[in-house]
Amino acid sequence: MSKADKKLVIFSDIDVEKALKNALQKTRPDIIGEVRDSGLKGRGGAGFPTAVKWNLAAAAQGERKFVICNADEGEPGTFKDRVLLTDYAEQLVAGMVLAAYAVGAKDGIIYLRAEYTYLKKDLEATIEKMRGKKMLGKKILGKEGFDFDVHIHMGSGAYICGEETALIESLEGHRGEPRNRPPFPVTVGYLGCPSSVNNVETFITALHIVEKGAKWFKTFGTEKSTGTKLFSISGDCEKPGVYELPMGITIKKLLETVGGEDAKAVQVGGASGTCVPRKDFERVIAYEDVATGGSIIVFGPHRDMLEVAINFMEFFCEESCGQCTPCRLGTETLLEGLDMLDEGRCSLKYLRELCALGETMQLSSKCGLGQSAPNAFLSIIENFKSEIFDTRCSCR
Amino acid sequence: MLASERDQLKAEINKMAKKYDHHRSGLIPVLQLVQNVSRHISPEAMQDIAEAFKIHPVEVQGVVSFYSFLSTEKKGKFVIRLCRTISCDMAGKEAVANQLENELGIEFGETTTDGMFTLEFTNCLGMCDQGPAMLVNDDIHTKVTPEKVADIIESYRSRFGAHVIQGEHA
Ligand SMILES: Cc1cc2nc3c(=O)[nH]c(=O)nc-3n(C[C@H](O)[C@H](O)[C@H](O)COP(=O)(O)O)c2cc1C
Ligand code: SF4
Ligand code: FES
Repeated sequence: MSKADKKLVIFSDIDVEKALKNALQKTRPDIIGEVRDSGLKGRGGAGFPTAVKWNLAAAAQGERKFVICNADEGEPGTFKDRVLLTDYAEQLVAGMVLAAYAVGAKDGIIYLRAEYTYLKKDLEATIEKMRGKKMLGKKILGKEGFDFDVHIHMGSGAYICGEETALIESLEGHRGEPRNRPPFPVTVGYLGCPSSVNNVETFITALHIVEKGAKWFKTFGTEKSTGTKLFSISGDCEKPGVYELPMGITIKKLLETVGGEDAKAVQVGGASGTCVPRKDFERVIAYEDVATGGSIIVFGPHRDMLEVAINFMEFFCEESCGQCTPCRLGTETLLEGLDMLDEGRCSLKYLRELCALGETMQLSSKCGLGQSAPNAFLSIIENFKSEIFDTRCSCR
Repeated sequence: MLASERDQLKAEINKMAKKYDHHRSGLIPVLQLVQNVSRHISPEAMQDIAEAFKIHPVEVQGVVSFYSFLSTEKKGKFVIRLCRTISCDMAGKEAVANQLENELGIEFGETTTDGMFTLEFTNCLGMCDQGPAMLVNDDIHTKVTPEKVADIIESYRSRFGAHVIQGEHA
């Protein structure tokens, strides 16, 4: 149900073969330079500058290099990559070819989550078709010395494998437990080789940028958050779906677009994001304010925010890989605390201790999962504490 | 498991492992194959897999236990995975869950005695704008309502003829 009526960047028309041909006429530094000038930041959530990542991978020593597409989309409330994988697969693969050319990789892998197995057949057909058109394989589009091919690797059901080092562990046949960083995958990645891991949307956006120019891209968005972004919108609104919107849009404007004006709160960034209450709807969605990988969940006036917090914390308890203590025990303890609140058995003093624990987890967890697991908890407690205490009583 | 069945599976394991030059990166693809073929990964299969990759069976066990789509317990022919995450929850997954239990006569986490259906919860399926969402094996179903549940189940039951009811894998 993609709302592709507004064709800004990602949904704008492009002749994929021509775009690749044009790109292959340019030098590698020119391509990375164009992406750098565009200010493109990774669309998978962390927001790392794409050109910096590609440049590090290009500069890294290694006989073999990999370009890896992170199609593990598992953040609650995110489904834009599913739309891209379904309707824009050719652009995705072309974006990977572009990245491979820029960093000097011969092998590409699409790590596709198990839940998207139903997309695999069509994706494989697209890849095969592109081989036929010489956009994959040896001497791509006649470019001497540029060989690159892509294959699909299926996930097996684990949210944590979206974290790039866990993803690599999983590719190598291990439990998806995040690694210590550094070294980063750009120097020591899959099979110990330099690897650039990027989100589906990042590859496609980069393809448009290299074809149409950094300047054009920067006509959208803000100074620090350039361009447009895909938003996956669900929850209590009239028109849920995938929207392409400029970065820097206010939450209020976004809610008007999707028919969710009466919302009491919005979760920006999925379970690992923050809950923004109505009084803050003038805030903007951008890396410099409220950041998101694209997940927007709308909560209508009647929603019980404690139930929301419990649902998110159950998610983290299930999905924590269990490797480090702050995350494994922290998520359990916070969930117990939420249950106590639900039963009207939680003192304010204990709630303060839980909030302090949340802050400790943010600082001391090994990876992004544990670091962000308390976010929703903390923002919901901060903004809806009185609602929660008013509606819960153990004497009932 | 019959000896001949084990040999057959072992042959498939080795064929797949060979595709990866018996490199560990082929481990999960092999596990996925075994899960598909025999609906679980038995201790015998784990031994054969460990041998194919020259690793300890405990290593294989560790990987199997990590991923929710791999299991040591035998699953039904059809695994129903209902999304329990927030957007589907708000869209009414509880009523769907209740009706699934009613129609199948089992609770979440269980498999029907005829070995046809396993019922599980899962996290976000990437269909949050069209919830409640659920997977039946690899097929996605969206905007599921309690009324639709019986039809969906029936459509899978009818895909398999009498041979399933006779219990080929009893
Ligand atoms: C727990 C966790 C889950 C993640 N899941 C995803 C995911 O599903 N897809 C994704 O692209 N990035 C995900 N990321 C971010 C990746 O680690 C990585 O930053 C990203 O793939 C890099 O691509 P980008 O620079 O194009 O955004 C996740 C990170 C964490 C900590
Ligand atoms: S923070 Fe959580 S998910 Fe990340 S490594 Fe530690 S236990 Fe695993
Ligand atoms: S919340 Fe159910 S599919 Fe995303």
